[in-house]
Amino acid sequence: MALTTAEQPSVRANRASGIPAKRRGSRRGRRSEAVAGYVFLSPWLLGLMAVTAVPMLLSLYISFTDYDILSPLSEVEWVGLDNYERMFTADPSYWRSVTVTVSFALIAVPLKLAVALGVALLLNRAWRGVGLFRGLFYLPSLIGGSVALAIVWVNMFNREGAFNGFLGLFGIEGKPWVNDPSWALETLMVLAIWQFGAPMVIFLAGLKQVPTELYEAASVDGAGRFRQFRSVTLPMLSPVIFFNLVLETINGFQGFTAAFVLSNGTGGPVDSTLMYTLNLYIKGFTDYEMGYASAMAWVFLLAIGIITAVFFTTGRFWVHYSDGDDS
Amino acid sequence: MGTHALAASRRPSGIARGIVRMLVLVAILGVVLYPLAWMVGTSLKSQPEIASNTGLLPEEFTPGNYTDGWNHFDVSFARFFLNSTMVALLTVVGNAASCLVAAYAFARLKFPLRGFWFTIMIGTLLLPQHVLTVPQYILFKQFGWVGGDWPYMPLLVPQFLATEAFFVFLMVQFMRGIPRELDEAAKIDGASPFGIFRYVILPLSRPALVTTAIFSFIWTWNEFFRQLVYLSDLKDYTLPVAMTLFIDSSGQSSIGPMFAMSVLSLLPVFLFFVAFQRMLVEGINTSGLKG
Repeated sequence: MALTTAEQPSVRANRASGIPAKRRGSRRGRRSEAVAGYVFLSPWLLGLMAVTAVPMLLSLYISFTDYDILSPLSEVEWVGLDNYERMFTADPSYWRSVTVTVSFALIAVPLKLAVALGVALLLNRAWRGVGLFRGLFYLPSLIGGSVALAIVWVNMFNREGAFNGFLGLFGIEGKPWVNDPSWALETLMVLAIWQFGAPMVIFLAGLKQVPTELYEAASVDGAGRFRQFRSVTLPMLSPVIFFNLVLETINGFQGFTAAFVLSNGTGGPVDSTLMYTLNLYIKGFTDYEMGYASAMAWVFLLAIGIITAVFFTTGRFWVHYSDGDDS
Repeated sequence: MGTHALAASRRPSGIARGIVRMLVLVAILGVVLYPLAWMVGTSLKSQPEIASNTGLLPEEFTPGNYTDGWNHFDVSFARFFLNSTMVALLTVVGNAASCLVAAYAFARLKFPLRGFWFTIMIGTLLLPQHVLTVPQYILFKQFGWVGGDWPYMPLLVPQFLATEAFFVFLMVQFMRGIPRELDEAAKIDGASPFGIFRYVILPLSRPALVTTAIFSFIWTWNEFFRQLVYLSDLKDYTLPVAMTLFIDSSGQSSIGPMFAMSVLSLLPVFLFFVAFQRMLVEGINTSGLKG
């Protein structure tokens, strides 16, 4: 951030001094630069069209049909809003997956961010060994999304798992948590919270940018530690909190791997881990109802868009930007 | 900050606070690392012991789980490792090359509609992968790529078309930090935009390329959804898809071998972590905060 703002004036000054001679002579240069621009951009443009835009428009069309993959695309039948109607009115599993996903995000995301912020505050001072802690706390974020780790996690909360071993220390008798419909999703929430390292690292970078003078001034004014946290740290950190909140919420809605592993791809026990994306997978790739799955995908996309928009609208009221907006 | 912290820690209450903080951190670290230690420990327990001993250390050291796991299915894990490695390495090459080229256009070249395309690129950052997979599958199926001669086509082609907007963004941010004076100097020496890319931007972008390579390797290594959707033949399976076979066949009897293969499949990521720890942590920062 500092770099871009520092760089701009000098570039502008350069341009201002060298304008008249340069501008006339460089018309051809500018055109060749425009050509070069599109040459360099062409792989991305092709990707945007072929791998993103066209498939999405195609699936928008398919969401109004009964396409099932197995029959050729030319034989699909237009069914109008049937898929959407079924989703909202006739498919209990759909609402089940919405509930599961929303409750997962509502609980796991705030807890994950709270742990991330708490640990970041503990690590904020520089001392020997702080880098090692930071790195080790970050490690789960690198491996936590894998199938291998999800397998370990599920077994950890099974009857013979480490968690019940831990409970046993206190004489509490455990149970196979992952097979219990009222606890299975919770074990996945714990897995998400376990990966608090990534937002923590971002919090730490944010904390570094809080000017020390603010704490000194607050301290002179007689503010205690808690007051300093509330009146200096939190407002100064609000852009980073906002960033983490948006990112983690969007990620939270997309949890698939662990739910797949826990339930062997079914969303069980009793649909308790039927995350939206898992339901989408079942409808599209197990039941081959691609029309319906496409409709689900589009509603998901709209929902994510609306949630992001809501974040950005409400963010205006609580996110505090200290320097002038430079975007 | 330094003097501030020093003054605080000289006071006895400051020292006590430091000790408490350390204890809390060590406790949290214990909780965070325990699952990993337990995974390694359990991968070395014998079958009857897995049911009886929930603790960390095996009483009866059973390295045989590793050979059992390795040959547990009709196709050996050597093949799955090879498949995963190939997919990950090709993804690294594709991402690094295509995202670098796109980033150069966005960061340095002036062309009509640049702002528009940039906004679109940022927009695709928010596109959920699962939303895209359904329509991509339908399209790739039409191309005959799904279950085709080379089943990795649908996994790899997008990676050569700069579809990972995250890396494009990361590189754009990085290139904005390269002094423009270098471009100007090269231009005066007669370099075209291609020359500037080749002799100025490419060599100076190495740190961003390395970050991209490492992240894209790790993410592809862990990636599951798309590999699950596109790979249907056992011999083509990558590690994550192969690991799910253990769940399918999971009587209690295969927990030891299953854990052994979990350990092995996480090992490459762990080695990357040990080698590039600082870079990974900082890579997240530069990509996340600026902008």
